Amino acid sequence: MNCTKCKTKAVIGLPRHNAAFCKGCFNGFVHDQVTRAIKSEKMCGKEDRILVAVSGGKDSLALWDILLKLGYRADALYVNLGIGTYSEQSHAKVTKFAEAVAASHGATLHLHTVEQEAGAGIKELAQLIHRPTCSTCGTIKRYQFNRVAIEQHYNVMATGHNLDDEAARLLGNVLHWQEEYLDKQGPSLPASVEGFAKKVKPLYRLSERELAAYAVLNQIDYIVEECPMAKGSKMLQYKEVLNRLETESPGTKQMFYWGFLEKQSKKQPTATTMTEKDRAVLHPCTSCSQPTTAEICSYCKMMARASAAKS
Amino acid sequence: MQVQLSHPARTVEVKGPKKVKELLRELNLVVEAHLVIKGDDLVTEDEMLYDVDQIEVRPVISGGNQAEAEVEAKAEQKPPTDSSSTLT
Repeated sequence: MNCTKCKTKAVIGLPRHNAAFCKGCFNGFVHDQVTRAIKSEKMCGKEDRILVAVSGGKDSLALWDILLKLGYRADALYVNLGIGTYSEQSHAKVTKFAEAVAASHGATLHLHTVEQEAGAGIKELAQLIHRPTCSTCGTIKRYQFNRVAIEQHYNVMATGHNLDDEAARLLGNVLHWQEEYLDKQGPSLPASVEGFAKKVKPLYRLSERELAAYAVLNQIDYIVEECPMAKGSKMLQYKEVLNRLETESPGTKQMFYWGFLEKQSKKQPTATTMTEKDRAVLHPCTSCSQPTTAEICSYCKMMARASAAKS
Repeated sequence: MQVQLSHPARTVEVKGPKKVKELLRELNLVVEAHLVIKGDDLVTEDEMLYDVDQIEVRPVISGGNQAEAEVEAKAEQKPPTDSSSTLT
């Protein structure tokens, strides 16, 4: 198989684009997809201060790498969840990338350790408050990510959600008819109220396989092991189903998610409507001042429940 | 050829020569969810693999994020969370 662009030996075939690329042309393709995503969704500019959420996995480290290579001002935050050797290994991968690659671009890595603040790792916390681990993890990461962005004056927060993540999430929401979540499934969410930073997903045009290939080809040392807490998760089941469909019918995932985005964009001026909706229901948490729909935000409630359970 | 697999980590012996896509089919693995690495090089599905080759079949799927949290919250009839994005 030869590269569609330069006709040298290809390293990856992309059936959904009816193309194959050598390393150089594939890197160009990936950078081009991210640039298109950023521009079409008005995610950020070169003057913005971006905070990338990194986990040690391929997507978030690839995102940090791509943004820096494209000339964006991107620092990162790593949240150490305290999941034994998994967290130790992922922390080591992030630190290695920060020192070996990001530092040469003048980028900084911020760190938050769940155990230091909560007095327990994520698994123990979830048990204490009788909530699923993935749900507890999501609440903590969202909260800390937004807190660091606001406190350190970043105006854009970027996550490594890719096409597979968004297609699987859309499938889950549609299967359960959770229409209330569909409005927020876009790749760019505005900073709707004071205390919320803008959230963007610059990798939504790239598949998980393409991002893993980018990491391998660019010697990005990421954690290959799956998070032990995610084993058997519904998201993995949805992804498996979508990948079987994709293999039989290339382009299925992008048709599903991009088609949804196109329909949403025709339906309503999303950014304005979402901002108006948020402003109507969100106000500062009485405990920590982060925006919430309740009197006390879900993070503060969770920490209070964990503290009560421990004592 | 020696083929290294993950989840769980193990090595299996597969008889060559055969193409990458044939190897994946024999192992009952979906192309879209895996990368095949020969030595240090990424290879395409039409690449021929031989008995002397060291092969890694690397899964590319990662999971457990906000959608999971949302589905679980719904299943428990809990109120929705404050915002919509998380780390991957």
